[in-house]
Amino acid sequence: MSANQPSGQQMPRHHMPLFEVFVRSKRGLDHTHVGSVHAEDAEQALEYARDVYTRRSEGISVWVVRSSDIVASQESDQHCFFDPNDDKPYRHAAFYQLPDEVDNM
Amino acid sequence: MSPALSHEEIFAGRIAADERIEPKDWMPEGYRRNLIRQISQHAHSEVIGMQPEGAWITRAPSLKRKTVLLAKVQDEGGHGLYLYSAAETLGTSREEMIQALQSGRAKYASIFNYPCMSWGDVGAIGWLVDGAAIVNQISLQQTSYGPYARAMVRICKEESFHQRQGYDIMLNLCRGSGEQIAMAQDALDRWWWPSLMMFGPHDAESAHSSRSMAWKIKRQSNDELRQKFVDQTVPQAEFLGLRIPDPKLQWNEERGHYDFGEIDWEEFARVVAGDGPCNAERIDHHVRAHEDGAWVRKAMLAYEERHR
Ligand SMILES: [Fe+2]
Ligand SMILES: [Fe+2]
Repeated sequence: MSANQPSGQQMPRHHMPLFEVFVRSKRGLDHTHVGSVHAEDAEQALEYARDVYTRRSEGISVWVVRSSDIVASQESDQHCFFDPNDDKPYRHAAFYQLPDEVDNM
Repeated sequence: MSPALSHEEIFAGRIAADERIEPKDWMPEGYRRNLIRQISQHAHSEVIGMQPEGAWITRAPSLKRKTVLLAKVQDEGGHGLYLYSAAETLGTSREEMIQALQSGRAKYASIFNYPCMSWGDVGAIGWLVDGAAIVNQISLQQTSYGPYARAMVRICKEESFHQRQGYDIMLNLCRGSGEQIAMAQDALDRWWWPSLMMFGPHDAESAHSSRSMAWKIKRQSNDELRQKFVDQTVPQAEFLGLRIPDPKLQWNEERGHYDFGEIDWEEFARVVAGDGPCNAERIDHHVRAHEDGAWVRKAMLAYEERHR
């Protein structure tokens, strides 16, 4: 876009939905969240995501998901949502102290 | 430019290069079917495996042991879910898999058809059964199907606690009274052979093994994995001061491995075929739990429909 063509005038960006972008860097690994793009539709979002997030062969597969389709937990509810987890140290292997001779399990 | 490769060639190339196959890739029908069978049976094993230990939650000897056992059994339910989800990426459904389990078409690890009769058994299961599962699952982290491999990585992270809590129970018993030591020995006596059976038939007799190895669904053979388990478990038994119930068991200097006796393959075949001590009980319990939970699933659906 050139400098003398102010953005947001003819083409109001806020009308374009937001898509979250997930990239798989290598076969066998999970897709991981890398960021988001605005796009006219899902097809377009895929291409924008490719152009924006994988210019240096960062990925072999891209997922785009409408941000409005993502249901997220609230960070402010974190304590009751994830509770009770921190008070269960026995869920961790290190809780069981075994003698050195058999500690490799 | 090279001529366009066929689906089969691309698939074979990925397998040869040790790359993972992902859900949207083309794959041979046999590969898909083989994976659905293996992953769903693995999932069933996690879920059915909750029963022998689950029965001891109310009878655990202390509040600490009770919370630990509850957490462990809960983990196994989670493992079942990771695996059912991985199988579902191949186009099967939860309903189909549950149906196959309940009708006896699908198998699960036959070790869970043995009864868990004492607190010593709870220790032996964590130490030996989870120990054997870990050996198998570590190998499967390298399986060729991406979602299965990733489920294995997640599961292996959680398994170490299972084995250690089991060994911790054994260690406590073995440091206790004569009666407690006898209880630990009795548990090892009954769980040792079924644990070795967990790795399946000898390589030469394994129905699905060679194709699974060629497709890299399996990365190490049944016998290799069994040997690995024996080698790592014998010193652990020695440390406990317990005797492994196998007169042929001895260190072979040349091989650098323990030699061990032959599994009772007739017993193995019997239990796999459904004639083990607890086969009917395990499936009955699963059906009952599934039916008892039907009203919850119905209520959740009704709620969802009203709020749509
Ligand atoms: Fe498990
Ligand atoms: Fe486990």
